[in-house]
Amino acid sequence: MAISARTALIEPGGLPRKFVAPSAFKRPHITVRGLHKTFGTNTVYNGFDLDIPRGKFISIFGPNGCGKSTLINLMAGLLPLDGGEILFDGEKVSDVRIGYVFQNYREALFPWMRARDNIAYPLKFLKIGRQEQKRKVDALVERLGIRIDLNKYPYEMSGGQQQLVSILRALVIDPEVLFLDEPFSALDYEMTLFMREQLQRIFQEIGATTLIVSHDLEEAVYLADMILLLTRAPSQVADFVDFGSPRPRTDATLADPAYVQVKAHCLDVFQREVRK
Amino acid sequence: MIGRARLVSILTPLIGVVCFLFIWYFAVAVRLVDPVLLPTPNVVLANVWSGLTGGKIGSDLLKTIQRVFMAIALASCIGIPTGVLLGASERLYRSLEFVIDFFRSTPTSAVFPLFLVIFGVDDRTKVYIGTFGATLAIIFNSAYGVMNARKTRVLAARIMGASRLHILLVVLLESLPQTFIGLRTGVSISLVSVIVAEMFFGSKDGIGQRVFESVQLFDMPQMYAAIFCSGILGYGLNLSLSLTERRFVHWSGR
Repeated sequence: MAISARTALIEPGGLPRKFVAPSAFKRPHITVRGLHKTFGTNTVYNGFDLDIPRGKFISIFGPNGCGKSTLINLMAGLLPLDGGEILFDGEKVSDVRIGYVFQNYREALFPWMRARDNIAYPLKFLKIGRQEQKRKVDALVERLGIRIDLNKYPYEMSGGQQQLVSILRALVIDPEVLFLDEPFSALDYEMTLFMREQLQRIFQEIGATTLIVSHDLEEAVYLADMILLLTRAPSQVADFVDFGSPRPRTDATLADPAYVQVKAHCLDVFQREVRK
Repeated sequence: MIGRARLVSILTPLIGVVCFLFIWYFAVAVRLVDPVLLPTPNVVLANVWSGLTGGKIGSDLLKTIQRVFMAIALASCIGIPTGVLLGASERLYRSLEFVIDFFRSTPTSAVFPLFLVIFGVDDRTKVYIGTFGATLAIIFNSAYGVMNARKTRVLAARIMGASRLHILLVVLLESLPQTFIGLRTGVSISLVSVIVAEMFFGSKDGIGQRVFESVQLFDMPQMYAAIFCSGILGYGLNLSLSLTERRFVHWSGR
C-alpha cells in the first residue's frame, strides 16, 4: 500500500508531480481512523481521521471544548474509544511505550515519594532492578542537564520544578510518544517561558513523537513542527500547519516573518472556527 | 541565643495559661467561689503529683489508657478495612451511607445501656463501648479518603503500567490523611465513652471512676486532680497522633 501510494506521486517520466517533502514519504507514526467519542449527549468525535508523522513536535490547538485533551487521552488509552481505531505503527497503545504529562502536576506526582522515586516509578513495572533504576534516572537528568535536588519531596519544590519532575517521569522509560496536556497552564508566565525552553531542549535531545495540547497559540506555534487546528465539536481537522523554523528557536524566532505568518494563519483558522 | 521573635512565639501560648491560673487564684482568694468547691491551683497540682506518684490516680490513668488503646486498636482493625472496602465501591458506599451516618450521629452514650445488657458489667464492655463510636468515625473517614483519592494519580499510575496492587497502594496512601482525621475523631469519641463508662458501670478503676468516687467522697482536690489528668491524657493522645501523622503522612495538607 505504502509503495503504491508513493509511486503514484511520480509521473511516468520519473519526475515528481509536485514537490513532496522527504518526511512525507515516511510512514506515519500514529494513525487515527474513524474515531468516535461521545460524552453523554455531547459528540466530540464522529468519524475523525488523522496521521501523525514520526519524531515531530505536534501542537494541538482549537476552540474550547473541541476535544483537544480528549484526543490525546484517547490516544494514550486513558479514555476508551466509542468507535474507530488508533494505531502506533500498526500496534495498539498497550504495546507502545508512552509518556504522559498531566496538566495538574500537584495531583499527578506522588507526594509520599521523593522526586527521585517519582521519576523512577514507571521503571518498577518494566522489571528493572533498583541499581539500574537509579542509574537510568541519573543518566536522564545528566543528559538533559537538569539541576534540581532529586531528594526533595514534590511539595518542597516550585510548580515548575514539580512539572519538570513529571516530565522526567514520563521520559525515563524512553517513550516512543510523549503526550503533554497543557503542561504549563498552572505555572506563572516567567516559569512558563523557562519551561518552554526546557521542553524544546528535551525534545531536541529525545526526538520522540511529541503531542502537546496548548491553549496558548504563541506557545503552540513556537514549539511545534506542525500545528493541528481542530474545529468545534464534533471535531474535524480544521488545518494541519507546518512550521519548519530551525531549532533551537529563540526570542528572535518570535519576530521571524515565517513565525508571524504561521501564527497569523492559525489565528485566522481559529477565529473562523470559533465564529461558526 | 534565642531571637526576639522566637522568644515571643514561645511565650505567646503561655499568656493564656498564666491568665487562667491568675483568675483561678483570684477567684478563690477573694472568695468568689467557695474554697471547698474550688481549691487553689497549687493544692490541685499537689494532689496531681501525689496521685501520680503514690496514689490511685496513676494506676487509674494507666487503666484508662489501656482501655482507650484497646478500643482504638479494635476500631482501626474493623474500621479501616471496612472503610476502604466501602470507599472502593461508590455504589456500595452510597447504599450504606445513610445507615452509617445515622449511627455515627447517634450519641454514643444513648447506646451504653444496650451494651450493658448485651455484654454485661464486664471490663471488656467498657472497651467495646469505646470501640463503637470510634469505629463508625473511622469507617466514615476511610471511605471518604478512598473515594476522594485523586483520580489523576490513579490514572497516572495506570498509564505507567502499575498493577492493580500498586494502584490499590496509591489509593491507600492517598487516603491516609483522611484516615488520620478519622483516627483523631475516633480517639476523642473513644476517650469520652470509656471515661463515662468507667463512671457508671460499676467500675473499680479508671480515671472516670476516680472522678466519680472523689465527688461521692467529697474529696474535691482529688476530683480536680483526676479531671486535670484526664485532660492531660486527651491532650497527650491528640498530640501524639499529630506527631505520628506529621512523621508518617508528611505530605498531609501540603
